[in-house]
Amino acid sequence: MTAMATEAQKSTDRIEKHFEVRAPRSKVWRAISDSQQFGAWFGVRVEGPFVEGTTVKGFITHKDYEHFKLDFQIGKMEAERYFSYRWHPYPSDPNYDYSKDPRTLVEFTLEDVPGGTAVTIVESGFDKIPLARRIDAFRNNEGGWNGQVKNLTKYVA
Amino acid sequence: MFAALADATRLRLLRRLSSEGSLSITRLSEGEDVTRQAITRHLYALGDAGLVRHKRKGREQIWDLDMKRLEKARQYLDHVAAQWDAAAARLKAFVEDGEA
Repeated sequence: MTAMATEAQKSTDRIEKHFEVRAPRSKVWRAISDSQQFGAWFGVRVEGPFVEGTTVKGFITHKDYEHFKLDFQIGKMEAERYFSYRWHPYPSDPNYDYSKDPRTLVEFTLEDVPGGTAVTIVESGFDKIPLARRIDAFRNNEGGWNGQVKNLTKYVA
Repeated sequence: MFAALADATRLRLLRRLSSEGSLSITRLSEGEDVTRQAITRHLYALGDAGLVRHKRKGREQIWDLDMKRLEKARQYLDHVAAQWDAAAARLKAFVEDGEA
């Protein structure tokens, strides 16, 4: 029990992904900062450009997730280096008004590496997301998480 | 309910239930500055959020963590992380093969 509580305290707030791509930084920057390009790989139809300080709506294009309404509250855009936005993670309940809930912060950081670009994606602030919301996210998925992950993997492959 | 975890007293109650296991309201009220009634209210708020549950043992109400739901909350993050893995793979494919 104690072990679980400790683990929960240290690892529940953020997700960090670090990987390298064989493409120049300018190209990766366009792929994340141009909302149409972002939409193409992320799988979301974004209604408008990403501009600092604005909020842009988006709809997931994958059929199992079409009821997910996203809104990107654009934070900082430092050309070819850093891009951030805030959103409501996993807005799985179309009947719930997420607008009053805290948002998580998503940050993309780009760095040159030999032969390409290192990309770091951090999503943080999950500890502030009401636990009830996180649990609801399950309730609406009859197949459970594993089924959903499989779907997604199939979609990506 | 949204504030269920934000309150310091509630967090303390959760920590105690996590480290000490099932506890009665009497035990949970020990060392707290607020009344037993206030502790009971906090516990019910946590119960509404699905974090704790209670059962009756004689004349005492015993509270413990609802581990099943807590575990689900933890799995939620694993799920979101898996989605980022998939998104990262798509971004990689997009910039390495795509025209852009």
